[in-house]
Formats: sequence, C-alpha cells, structure tokens
Amino acid sequence: MTEERQRLARRRPALEARARVRTALRRWFDEQGFLEVETPARVRAPGQEVHLDAIASADRWLITSPEYAMKRLVGAGFERIVSMGKCWRAEERGHHHQPEFTMIEWYRAQAPLARIAEDCEALVRLAASAAGQGVAFGAPFARVTVRELMREYAGLSLEGDESAAALAEKARGAGVALGTATAWDDCFFQVWLDKVEPRLPALGPVFVFDWPAPLGALARRHPGDPRLVERFELYAAGLELANAFGELTDAAEQRARFESETAARQARGKVVYPIDEALLAALPHMPPTAGVALGFDRLLMLALGAAQIRDVIAFADDEI
Amino acid sequence: MAYDTSDIRKGLKFMMDGAPYTVIEFQFVKPGKGAAFTRTKMKNLLTGAVLERNFRSGEKLEEANVEIKTMQYLYREGETFVFMDTTTYDQVAIPETTIGDDRDFMPENINVEVLFFDNRAVGVTLPNFIEQKITETEPGFRGDTSTNTTKPAKISTGASVQVPLFINAGDVIKIDTRTGEYLERVGRA
Repeated sequence: MTEERQRLARRRPALEARARVRTALRRWFDEQGFLEVETPARVRAPGQEVHLDAIASADRWLITSPEYAMKRLVGAGFERIVSMGKCWRAEERGHHHQPEFTMIEWYRAQAPLARIAEDCEALVRLAASAAGQGVAFGAPFARVTVRELMREYAGLSLEGDESAAALAEKARGAGVALGTATAWDDCFFQVWLDKVEPRLPALGPVFVFDWPAPLGALARRHPGDPRLVERFELYAAGLELANAFGELTDAAEQRARFESETAARQARGKVVYPIDEALLAALPHMPPTAGVALGFDRLLMLALGAAQIRDVIAFADDEI
Repeated sequence: MAYDTSDIRKGLKFMMDGAPYTVIEFQFVKPGKGAAFTRTKMKNLLTGAVLERNFRSGEKLEEANVEIKTMQYLYREGETFVFMDTTTYDQVAIPETTIGDDRDFMPENINVEVLFFDNRAVGVTLPNFIEQKITETEPGFRGDTSTNTTKPAKISTGASVQVPLFINAGDVIKIDTRTGEYLERVGRA
C-alpha cells in the first residue's frame, strides 16, 4: 500500500490541476451558452466504426463516445450542448490510451466547422492557464489539410476516391512497407504513421482539415470536393487531441455508411453492433451542425507536459 | 512459428526482410478512426542498425532462429577466438571480424554471451563492466591527483585505456566495455 500512497502523492499536483481545468472548462461552456448534458453510458448500439470495439455491460454496451445520444438531442432542438463524461474502448492501452477515459464532446447547431476549431483553440489555452504549469499556446494554431501533409511528408498525391489498390500502389511508391494491408484505411494509416505523424509535433498545435471521404465516419461531404469530408483532427505535441465533424444529417447516406462499416467489421471477424435507428430517425431534424470530441485526459497531458496518460489519472487500468 | 503484434515485447527476436531483429522499445498507437499499430524500435542483430516500424495489429512476425548461449572465452588462435559452452563444454571458433573491437576488452576465461543465428555465431556481447589489472603505465606525478588529466595505460588484454594520473601499474581498474572508458580504481598495487 505504501507504493500506492507514494504514487498517488506524486500524482496529486496533476489531479489538482485536473480538477481546476475541469472547473474552468465547465465555466467556459456555461458562459458560451452551452447546456451540459448527461447521456447513457450503457447503450444498445455503440459506435459503428470499424476500429472501435465496445466493452459489454450485461445486455448492453458501454459507449465508445456519447455522439449518437447527443445528436438525438441536437435533432430535438438542443442547439448547444456539451458532455463531459467517461467513455470506454476495448483493448486500448498505451502511453496515450486507457480503456476508460474522459471525453469532452460538444455540438454547435448553425455553426461551421471552423467555429469548432476556434473553440478548441480557446479551450487548449484555457486548460494550459488553469493547469498553471507555464505551458502556453500563444501563437495561432496552424491549419493544414490531409492532402498537403501527404504531399509534403510522403510525396504522395492523395485524391480520396482512388481505389484501395491504387492507394496501396501510391504508398509503395512512397517507400512505405504495407505488410498484408489491402484495405483503403489500413494503407492510408500505414503511410500516415510512418511518414506524417512523426512530423506533426514540429508544427506546434495544428488542425488537420479535409479528410478523405473513406475516413468520413459521421462527417458530411465537403461542399467543394465530394472526395473529401468536413472533418478535422487537432494534434499537439504528438497527441491526437480532438476529432471534429461538420455533421452528416443525411440519414440515407449515414445508413449506407453504417452498412458498409458493418460489412467491414464482419469481414474482419469483429462483433457487429446493431444500427442505431433512433439516431437515423433524428438526423433529418438536425440543423446544420458541427461537433467535436476532445480527449480530456490528453488535454491535461498537454497542459502539464505529461508523458503518459496514467500521469493525469488517479487509477490507471492496471492500478484498479 | 509466427508472432502476433500483441507478442511484441522488449527483447523479442523476429525476422524481417531476411535479417534477425530484436525489439528495443515498443508503443501502442492508434490513429483516430484507424487500426491499432505497435510502433516498434528494433535492432538488426547482424549489423546493429536501429530502425523503427509501425506494425499494424494483425500482422504476423516470423520467429528468428536465434539463440544466446553463455560461453567462456578460452584462447586466441591466429585470426579466430575459441569459446566453450559453459553447459555442454562444446567449443566454437569465432573469427575476429565477428568480434570486432570487443576483443580488446575480452580477457581469457571471461564469460560472454554468444548470439547464434541459424546455428552460426554472429555476435559476442561482453559483460558491461570488467575489472582489469594495469600491466604498464607511466608513473603518475607526485601529488597530482587530478582526474581531469589522463594518461594511457595498458591492461592484460593488451588494450590501452585512458586513466587518471594517480593510477599505477598493478592497480586494478573497472572499465565500461561499451565505451572502453575507465570508471574507477577497485584495487591498489
């Protein structure tokens, strides 16, 4: 037990900063006119995404994100909502991953995706100042696109509508070893991890906009280029902090994407979750909306300069 | 036999592009909306070259036919060095080219780790530290105990080590075999 007491004493400053940052963020959302909502932790239909695996809880699943329930609220006229709660993802353990973690997710109806980026920028600065560790993010965050990064760091010209085989060919041409990867997303992420991600920390906090349509998930098509979707990821100091969408409100297209993700899960021998019909029913009622999920634990890592996610939580998965 | 990415651990040995590698460091990474990968830093056991690869979850790694045996260095015979397996007493001759500069810090009868790849000795790892008697060195200047200034000294393997001025022939010193550097005096003449 002395070991645990020492460990928790060591983490005390981070846990105190965690509470301060949480309070500061809550106040900020309140001032911005957001309603804080709580959504169910146990659901029938967790996230459909191919690479997110939910943890079972009796006859239900623990949420991998509060997204579906929050969109149902947006569809019912809740135009500015935020949730600060736990999410669970099976088998995710590493310096930046815990199977149980805290996510801050918010939606702004009638707002463009760029507005969500401004929110993120403000919140990173606020978190850094509330943490009080002297980490500052004064300069405006950079804004780049996936295509620009792929061209610059991998010498790869990404379209977004090339076949998986064509993308694999481009990746090999860029000197990337693909192993047995054949799926579009697997080829993409092998290039991303090998060539692009290691270069991102040098850019400072950076918004990566305009993701290719095959990585669209719940994002709407880019109005100027249907090969892309309205999505950004915020990276800072090697951390993937936030993922945002201009939300797809076309129920037919969303259903088609769910079905293709279901097929991909089946093909990979993964558990297949039911499609969330309540979400699909709510989508047509949603106004144009932008939303984002921001990893609260990682935000603290950034604000405190912590190397590992366990440094900012009281009990990591192997300490429970 | 093949390993899965979830088997990746420090020290795991596997084949890649025809060469055996050992894992130095690894980290779970998972890009947003993508598959899990294991970012792996690894060393080529033949060349010592270190490189990084991201192995996607589900990729297989081929087991490397490598074995590490503790062996005693017996004697030198021309361009080869003869070692004995400390458990089976089998002897093996390893060419000087495989041992490289480590020969300078390999006194007779020392136990080393010999790496075999496809049953061929491909590398020798010395203990990190050895203690050696100084066979030859200029006497230090009287009263000069500075450790900033050094002089050459010979050890029994014939190698030359830079030592502080207060070290005398017959002293026993501790040496870091990875750098060839003097660490401290552990016995006086």
